[in-house]
Amino acid sequence: MIGGIDIVTLVAALMAASTPVLLAATGELVAEKAGVLNLGVEGMMILGAVAGFATAVTTGSPVLGFLGGALAGAVLAGLFALLTQFLLSNQTATGLALTLFGLGLSALFGKGFEGVRPPPTPKLDFGPLSDLPVLGPILFHHDWIVYLSLLLVLATWAFLKFSRAGLVLRAVGENDDAAHALGYRVIAVRFAALAFGGALAGLGGAYLSLVRVPQWTEGMTAGAGWIALAIVVFASWKPERVLIGAYLFGGITALQLQLQAAGYAIPVHLLSMAPYVITVLVLVILSATHRHGAPAAPAALGRSFHASS
Amino acid sequence: MTGALLKIEGLTKAYPGVVANDGVGFEVAPGEVHALLGENGAGKSTLVKMIYGLVKPDAGAMTFEGAPYAPAEPRAARAAGVAMVFQHFSLFEALTVAENVALGMENPPPMRALAARIREISNAYGLPLDPARIVGDLSAGERQRVEIIRCLLQDPKLLIMDEPTSVLTPQEVEILFRTLRKLAAEGTAILYISHKLEEIRSLCDGATILRGGKVVGSCLPREKSARELAEMMVGGEFAATTRAQRKHGATILEVANLSLAPMSQFGPALKAVTFSLSAGEVLGIGGVAGNGQEELLATLSGERPSGIGTVSLHGQDISDLGPNDRRRLGLLAAPEERLGHAAVPNLSLTENAILTGTVRRPLTRNGFLNIGAAKRFAEEIILGFDVRTPGPQVAARALSGGNLQKFVIGREVLQAPEVLVVNQPTWGVDAAAAAAIRQSLLDLAAKGAAVIVISQDLDELMEISDRFCALNEGRLSAPRRTEGLSMEEIGLMLGGAHGMQEVAAR
Amino acid sequence: MITLVKRPTPSRGWAFATPVLAVIATMIAGGALFAALGKDPIAAIKVIFWDPLLGPNAAYFRGQLLVKAGPLILIASGLAVGFRAGIWNIGAEGQYIMGALAGASVALAAYPAESHLLFPAMVIAGALGGWLWGMIPAVLKVFFGTSEILVSLMLVYVAQNFLAYAAFGPLKNPEGFGFPGSRNLQQYASAHNPELIAGTGMHWGVVAAFLAVIAIYVLMQRHILGFRIRVAGEAPRAARFAGVLPARLVMFCLGLSGALAGLAGLFEVAGPNGQITDSFNAGYGFTAIIVAFLGRLNALGILLAGLLMALTYIGGDMAQLMLGLPTAAIQVFQGMLLFFLLGFDLLTHYRFRLGRARA
Repeated sequence: MIGGIDIVTLVAALMAASTPVLLAATGELVAEKAGVLNLGVEGMMILGAVAGFATAVTTGSPVLGFLGGALAGAVLAGLFALLTQFLLSNQTATGLALTLFGLGLSALFGKGFEGVRPPPTPKLDFGPLSDLPVLGPILFHHDWIVYLSLLLVLATWAFLKFSRAGLVLRAVGENDDAAHALGYRVIAVRFAALAFGGALAGLGGAYLSLVRVPQWTEGMTAGAGWIALAIVVFASWKPERVLIGAYLFGGITALQLQLQAAGYAIPVHLLSMAPYVITVLVLVILSATHRHGAPAAPAALGRSFHASS
Repeated sequence: MTGALLKIEGLTKAYPGVVANDGVGFEVAPGEVHALLGENGAGKSTLVKMIYGLVKPDAGAMTFEGAPYAPAEPRAARAAGVAMVFQHFSLFEALTVAENVALGMENPPPMRALAARIREISNAYGLPLDPARIVGDLSAGERQRVEIIRCLLQDPKLLIMDEPTSVLTPQEVEILFRTLRKLAAEGTAILYISHKLEEIRSLCDGATILRGGKVVGSCLPREKSARELAEMMVGGEFAATTRAQRKHGATILEVANLSLAPMSQFGPALKAVTFSLSAGEVLGIGGVAGNGQEELLATLSGERPSGIGTVSLHGQDISDLGPNDRRRLGLLAAPEERLGHAAVPNLSLTENAILTGTVRRPLTRNGFLNIGAAKRFAEEIILGFDVRTPGPQVAARALSGGNLQKFVIGREVLQAPEVLVVNQPTWGVDAAAAAAIRQSLLDLAAKGAAVIVISQDLDELMEISDRFCALNEGRLSAPRRTEGLSMEEIGLMLGGAHGMQEVAAR
Repeated sequence: MITLVKRPTPSRGWAFATPVLAVIATMIAGGALFAALGKDPIAAIKVIFWDPLLGPNAAYFRGQLLVKAGPLILIASGLAVGFRAGIWNIGAEGQYIMGALAGASVALAAYPAESHLLFPAMVIAGALGGWLWGMIPAVLKVFFGTSEILVSLMLVYVAQNFLAYAAFGPLKNPEGFGFPGSRNLQQYASAHNPELIAGTGMHWGVVAAFLAVIAIYVLMQRHILGFRIRVAGEAPRAARFAGVLPARLVMFCLGLSGALAGLAGLFEVAGPNGQITDSFNAGYGFTAIIVAFLGRLNALGILLAGLLMALTYIGGDMAQLMLGLPTAAIQVFQGMLLFFLLGFDLLTHYRFRLGRARA
């Protein structure tokens, strides 16, 4: 215990608190590695949150709920892909449109689901492991999505580093014209990367409404999608650093909640600012230290691709 | 010739407003080095893109090894045994050499085995490469090696090379030619695209000449003189540049110990660049692109101000002044990249005249644009420099490379500069426009302005400059008088073979 | 096969036609959405687009049109300048809040003193508040290279929390019986931003919006600064070559759009809204992004787009009352409009061509 804050509880809580942004940031990382900047993460997350929630409540199955959330995110990402890859619209503007659209659509679908409790997602049973001191609550006291998110980070890292398809994806993000000249299908690769990114954002959103909160309220992502975008920058487009970034952010959120609970005389609203202020600070520190170094952003990030010949 | 490896008949490809290839036909035999000769815009690139499966022909047929050949995509072309080295490299800067090579192969072996193969092949052909290096850190010559190795690993039957020597020093060209001759001797056919006549005469066994998308002739290049080849290529004689009496005035521009950090992740730094320039003089700066040319232009134009005391004009230190202040003092520039740097693609020619013209021309009043005056300035450029366009309201990107370049050069020349810095003034420009641009630079110098021409085209620099120096890895060699300078000496000034080892087997 | 061919010169005709096409397509898709919600699509479209202007109660709603359009136009004209330069301020919502807070704070500090100087002081404070909030991403971008998109957006959430803090804390009405929220400025004569002509909805904020449209038009079309802003957005390297200092441009664009958003917030809190509450902001800052794009980042276009978007707000309210259509449906509607616009934009820069069959 330090200043009324229990460190073990904090660490355990930060893993759960980080999971939505970790998922969304991992998905966005893959999309950006393929050279597409999708600023619609917030919109895909919140649509995933409502779709996952509605599916789980209707079917009574949280697993189906998570699938529904992922699907909704992927579908919305498909819309983004359609606009930016086939209709060559500006990626920044389309991403913003996706967020505004997702927020509206989720509010519309969410009518009638407010105040409902979703079916619970149980924590995995690790038997005696859960009772270990310190390690038990930190490592062996979570639901399956937390472990799945870690697995996905690992899989993404391995995919990008070792697989042929991962190499092609990185190549498309570095130099779309050259990849095209070598005969790779730039648009198909980007479409797939975007869909994956959307699915993970949707899954993250569903985790928020089904486990973290757990209920549906309008605008409940509260900027988590934007923070996921910031984490990708923070991570210099490296999956392992996405994990660090997401857990750092989750730690701040968890700490801030515990400070509120611990009854410190800081107004609630000022504490609630903390995650956003700290995200900005981290971006500043990172950008300042990287000023002359290698920012490592994919070279073709945000550019429209049109095969002119 | 019987037993042709590749046979092309009646190949046609049209784009809106232009027929890029019109009934093109020729043959390439196994082990032959065949030149495809033509000016910029003659249709060479479109033709090889069709052979490589990047562009689908509208009409015509190809046969490869006696069988009908119509690759739907580059993958199919590679599978058939066709490999290509691109003019603008199809490389990925942030990836390693081995990863780049793997991307160009159909079924690459595991990375470790591939790295070993790269070492083996690259040494065998005298093009040493470290497979673990990041491509962005390599020189232009080394990057080309990556492309060539990528092709060689596939054991191609036909290797297409699109303008391969434009990025090489004379020594590097020699090494490349040895590699190509060795390949040809082993039975690989090479389709060699170039507009450099001497190269073709020394390397190629046969040549097909394209003009305006059509085959206008074929020949044995060794039996023709460079002048004959040039006339076939251009279709008539073309005017050589002339210049009035060369008389040099007082020193105008002095650059001393100018150093500059890299502008981009993989860009070069400028290291202690020093030279001076007199009125009426043309200084040629040669060198392979990517050795600091862009950086030098940016720092002279004022886009990237340098340290105090490094650049002075008429004895006044201007090193911390921005582009417009320098324009006011008479220092003007024309960057290499026409679309996006020297001109804004989506804006009209009138607006592009405003881009750099407001300081020395009365195109604004109290900060408000005088559109009428700008339009008249644009028309003056169009008329004075023979820019072929319907009018000043046309967007810059609608112009051909040569016409836009004439516009850009004209815009600066008509502002009566005291010093004009141009980078690659005739890159990608047809011969007639290139000659006109060179002439205008000489005329400007004859009127007493000092001109710096940064170019990769050594022939161009020999033709128009009074003194020559080379930019290599950000360092500028001491300027030497152009008269009497040999290609061998120039090559050494350009950095020789960049550490490339000589091929043992001749 | 159909192939896309880039036009040598962007089509002016399509540039004007695409917003109209987008509105029509949105009406069709929106109608389908309303039908899916079990509403009569024709009736819903009529309630949203026709009734507020020419329906039986139009007299009341026409006034509302300017009230809603004012802040949208004011914010969007500022945003458009930045968007033209490729500087993406998407935190106008936060700048709007901070402008309102700054202006209201001046008024509440002076309460209950009456003076003709108070309102001008509030206007200055409002603009300053928004300007300062916009300068944070600008300064961070210039000095550290952070993304203005992410920072300006993060600052929306900071501003929202700050708003709630102010409404529950320092700015709370001491005579408010413990309810959160400030004093109502509508009941404070010197601070009130009244309706200037009864029944029109015209208040000082609407006047400011019209002035902003004119000023932005002149700046972008006739002044060298506007020319440089356009160049910077089209080709950043060409802009540097033309002598534009990117740092100054970033500061100018974010500062200007922040100040205009702050002004919009001030006029809103002193006028139609009246008081600082934790839910004072109504998403104008985000909707203004749609307005800016729908207006083609052009001052006059924004004027029309702002009025149209205001119409959907009012029509949406009516549709909620009369047809029980959820308010969120209008948000979806607005989002769709932006999508269609971005999609149809293809026609401005490209044209379709039927590919010839291979021989």
